[in-house]
Amino acid sequence: MNDAAARNFTYLAYGLITAWAILLIYAMTLAARGRSLARQLDNVKRMMEDREKK
Amino acid sequence: MRKHILLAGGILAALLLTRNIWVMLTGLPDEAFQGAIFRIIFFHVPAAFTCFLCFLASLIAGLAYLKTRNLNYDAFGVAVTEVGLAFGAVNLLTGMIWARIIWGIWWTWDWRLTSMLICWLLYAGYLVLRRAIEEPTERARMSAVMSILNFSVVPFVFFSIKWFRTQHPQPVLFGDGKMDAGYRAMLYGNWVPLLIVAAIFITIRFVQEKQQREIDALRREAHMI
Repeated sequence: MNDAAARNFTYLAYGLITAWAILLIYAMTLAARGRSLARQLDNVKRMMEDREKK
Repeated sequence: MRKHILLAGGILAALLLTRNIWVMLTGLPDEAFQGAIFRIIFFHVPAAFTCFLCFLASLIAGLAYLKTRNLNYDAFGVAVTEVGLAFGAVNLLTGMIWARIIWGIWWTWDWRLTSMLICWLLYAGYLVLRRAIEEPTERARMSAVMSILNFSVVPFVFFSIKWFRTQHPQPVLFGDGKMDAGYRAMLYGNWVPLLIVAAIFITIRFVQEKQQREIDALRREAHMI
């Protein structure tokens, strides 16, 4: 494989990695948001219980 | 049940994507003029199709919200817009990597590239707008209007390579250009798992948006007690 062909393959790898990385990062933000929502729900439930006790 | 369907879809998409990458690297020949980098089209173009499909869904959700005032359409609108932006980013960045090899530059202010970037920024503006408005119905109304206005740019992006002089390659699927049957099969074949991934993301984001609204309502209720 000559230099140009090798460079071609390297950039193809960059392209594939970029495509996967963007989707993976988005999946991670979804997971993080899911965890944050679960925390918020717990806090609100606790807040409601506290207020009802008072 | 929904979790199992999403998990099965995710596994199917991962298997299909892995199989497609294997076939595109080992089974398909290099393109005569571009060499190996040509294979980036199998992600670049399906990502653009998915992105535009999401933006079309956002337009429909916006119209449906304005007609019915049902906040579920607003939740769907934000879900498809966000996922469309992710696929739009895949399209833009893979295109830049291809351009670096074929044109020798990362970016040029070409009609197609510039219009796609503007389109992406407009939809990103939609998400910024949502953060700026606290009242849910007002936020939904403004978001619906913005998603309808934003979509006016999409046909411009799609047809820019026909309407203007551009160095972006001419269409090989719907235009005068031709594509080898094996390449075309791979292009559509890779779109399927990307669509599955998009559907999974949209479903999760839609549910999260509805949950967020319910939590906000509970919080308001808690403050009133």
